[in-house]
Amino acid sequence: MIDRRLVEYFDWWMLSLTVIIAGIGLVVVYSAVTASADSHLAGLFSRQLIWYAAGMVLMIASFVVNYKVFERWGHLVYLFSILLLVAVIFFGKYVGGSKRWLVLGPFSVQPSEMVKLAVIIMLAKYYSRIVRTEGIRLREMIAPVVITIIPFGLIVRQPDLGTAGLVALIAASMTLYIKIERRTLIGLFTTGALSIPAVWVFLKGYQKQRILTFLNPERDPLGAGYHIIQSKIAIGSGMITGKGFLKGSQNTLEFLPEQHTDFIFSVLAEEWGFVGTIFTLMVFLLIVIWGLQIAQRSRDPFGTILAVGITSMIGLQVAINIGMVMGLMPVVGVTLPFISYGGSSVITMMIGVGLLLNVSMRRFMFEK
Amino acid sequence: MRTYLHSVDSDWFNQRLVGVFVTVLAIFILLAVRLIYLQVIQGKELRRLSEINSIRLQDIDAPRGIISDRNGHILVDNRPAFNLYIILKDAKPLDHTLTKLAGLLAEPVEALRTTIQSSRKKGAYAPILLKEDISRDTLAAVEVHKFELPGVQVHVTSRRHYLYEGHAAHVLGYLGEISSDELQCPPFEDCKGGDYVGKFGIEKAFETALRGKRGGQQVEVNARGQVVRVLETVDAQRGQDIVLTIDQSLQSRAEELLAGQAGSAVAIDPQSGQVLVMASSPAFNANNFVKGLSRDQWNELISNPLRPLENKAIQAEYPPASTYKIVTTIAGLEEGAIDAQSSYFCPGYLSYGNRAYRCWKKGGHGEVHVVRALTESCDVFYYQVGIAVGVDGLAKYAKALGLGAPTGISLDRESKGLIPTSEWKLRRFGVPWQGGETLSVAIGQGFNLVTPLQMAVLAAAVGSGGVRYKPYLVQSARSADGQVVFEQKPEVVANTHFRPETLALTYKGMWGVVNDPRGTAYLMRIKDVPFSGKTGTAQVVSRPKDGEVVDPQSLPKDHAWFVAFAPSVNPTIAVAVMIEHGEHGSSAAAPVAREIIRLHLHLPEDNTTKIIDQKTRERIGGLTEPAAPPTEAGEEE
Repeated sequence: MIDRRLVEYFDWWMLSLTVIIAGIGLVVVYSAVTASADSHLAGLFSRQLIWYAAGMVLMIASFVVNYKVFERWGHLVYLFSILLLVAVIFFGKYVGGSKRWLVLGPFSVQPSEMVKLAVIIMLAKYYSRIVRTEGIRLREMIAPVVITIIPFGLIVRQPDLGTAGLVALIAASMTLYIKIERRTLIGLFTTGALSIPAVWVFLKGYQKQRILTFLNPERDPLGAGYHIIQSKIAIGSGMITGKGFLKGSQNTLEFLPEQHTDFIFSVLAEEWGFVGTIFTLMVFLLIVIWGLQIAQRSRDPFGTILAVGITSMIGLQVAINIGMVMGLMPVVGVTLPFISYGGSSVITMMIGVGLLLNVSMRRFMFEK
Repeated sequence: MRTYLHSVDSDWFNQRLVGVFVTVLAIFILLAVRLIYLQVIQGKELRRLSEINSIRLQDIDAPRGIISDRNGHILVDNRPAFNLYIILKDAKPLDHTLTKLAGLLAEPVEALRTTIQSSRKKGAYAPILLKEDISRDTLAAVEVHKFELPGVQVHVTSRRHYLYEGHAAHVLGYLGEISSDELQCPPFEDCKGGDYVGKFGIEKAFETALRGKRGGQQVEVNARGQVVRVLETVDAQRGQDIVLTIDQSLQSRAEELLAGQAGSAVAIDPQSGQVLVMASSPAFNANNFVKGLSRDQWNELISNPLRPLENKAIQAEYPPASTYKIVTTIAGLEEGAIDAQSSYFCPGYLSYGNRAYRCWKKGGHGEVHVVRALTESCDVFYYQVGIAVGVDGLAKYAKALGLGAPTGISLDRESKGLIPTSEWKLRRFGVPWQGGETLSVAIGQGFNLVTPLQMAVLAAAVGSGGVRYKPYLVQSARSADGQVVFEQKPEVVANTHFRPETLALTYKGMWGVVNDPRGTAYLMRIKDVPFSGKTGTAQVVSRPKDGEVVDPQSLPKDHAWFVAFAPSVNPTIAVAVMIEHGEHGSSAAAPVAREIIRLHLHLPEDNTTKIIDQKTRERIGGLTEPAAPPTEAGEEE
């Protein structure tokens, strides 16, 4: 029997916000793939619709089942996604200098996207058992570090520094949230700060160059540096009201790299102006705040930490992606949630929302 | 319900959320401020920049490495080529510009329009290639009228230039436009569509070293598309220069002598494995590939019956014919089947099974021992050795000398040849080995197949006392700043450890081939410097049966072989020459080998040289070469 309260407690706000942001996403992807002169992008819009349909089904699947099931079987989810990452090494498709994709018939997926959710579930499961007011001790940090470093290493190897860094950042946010013992925290920071110069000495010349370019795109005037200039021009040229739907010249003339994935925000900014960007930013902010609200209302430590993890994933990606296209951040391959084209990204985000809805609608189970 | 809140309760969690909340707000405010800065404060300026879109990227191509011979003679370099581009956005009014340009190029306006139409989808800002490699005169004219030609640009690129057309063509190889498959491969990561990359020969084998690294410039252009400011530059890195082991003077002499026939010549240094000559005839002009071959040119190349695109020195397989008797000699002596004293009587044939296997000399050689048998190429003697050693015994020595396997030279598409064994035949045909087949194999016919390079390696290995080096073509590679980044050291593949008596008798027999009046190549001897060799005549079709009358003119002629090393003692060069349908090893192939040896040893020209040149001229004059039918080995020599 379905508990009537499940319907009563259903989080319509979260769902509405998701529908709004998905709507914005579809409109912008439509501009990015059809207005552009690049013919191989045509047809991607209908694919994105398919991805959203699949994402919708998976979202429903991930709130219908009680999320405590994910807690119980979290390690299997984690193991499976690590296996997928290993499979990429052997069967992955080589695109543009890195191996990130698994080809499944007509579609390809990026297991590094899904692995973020697995790490979140696994960490939430672990932390919900050991959390205490004094904060966790150094000894207790071994497990989370192992949980994070395995996918991190596999993703760095692809190489996909952006996604690897994102996994590490999500893990760090969750860990900081559940609190680290003051002594341990200070110790960690000091060791970290001290080890940077040590590691630097051991790096080879070209590795140093790569990291410096990563941190400062201007060092690569023919690649990332050029992209950032064009992206800033696109964003700024939108001015207050934008150039109008399908009228962005930076977009249509292909001055933007990856205009349908990583640089989609520049397309949005060019065509819809400050009005469009600030509205989108507000919707994102509401989603993040609502996610934190779900965490706050849950009376279950696992539910709370899970909600914080998923919300931090969404928030971090928004901040990194938008920061990147505006020239505030290194150029990394991090997608803009719900808006960037791409099945793996859409599905990961929709499952994430499903889990948030799940935690939200089952909060009554833990109320006294 | 389990009480899980030992020390943390929801209030504690909520209090932790305050920090998160503050962080989130701070980040979003930062993003909003940046948006205001870009879209509101800088908006006008950035809108202007987007309208003229004045910041563009230009490639700086990296010159390919230069290839030179062992003595530093440059064989391949780059020359500047001027390409004409148009940028539609800037070329206004387009009609006027095109008409003006058409006049300067002496081409119809319509042709230019078609070119533009086909690449219009690239967008108004993308430079469209109108004409490649314009002449210096056209260039001057375009430069003079620069201001009447808005949006027209001349880009200088470097173009591959093969200094001597057709020279060492198969070694050097050629370039071609990068394929979409190649573009997907890691080694071609920094390439773009339309790039020319090595497709054959050294150009392909050393592609990564030769290519270098492309650079580029970020430039600001004015409304007319002209560069007003260079913002950033990343210099291109020149490719590495490659020094070959080839000796240009020997190579070109060999090519001269092969001209007009299908065949190849290989010479290597027996002390190191360095390839001094690798000539294959007919050749092609690699400069044509750089321009992009027309369909007709390509069809002509691939349908030519003399197979100009094939490197016959390593790709073509032939029966080794009598040159294989070197292997049979060594096998017989090493296996103890024969020694210096053992002799067989040759009446001109050998009865085996229920048929007679003939010797090439109808009257027979009479009583022959091993040295004479090799010198005079007596088939009957080698039939007997073959029977005594067996097919697998022969194969053991053939393989020890490098036959039946690729030599490992750094070129593509090397054939491995074929050395049959009884096990191979059973596996391949499901039929056991027949005794009679051993007789064919012993004189280098039957299933045996070798490449000219393999035979040169064999001659080198025998000449150097049984030490076999891996043949190689590239001595060293040097980076643009002159540093040696790669150096090939001689590499011993196998030391055969043949007994000294075996080698002594083999040397004696091969010395006799050239220097004994009864030797099959006695006419080829060089005064003062004796060298050693072995002739071979590979049958293309079976010899007619007795009594069968066939017009000899209608049959394809036999392939001619000659392998040699010189001087006879402590050789410094080993040569293998194969002339397809050359008829006799001694008359067609040996003169080419002799000339290579003579030049290599810096010996003066003599009468024979003049005769050879005379013959070469006649051949080139009246070239009528039959198409090569599939090779079918005969039973006897």
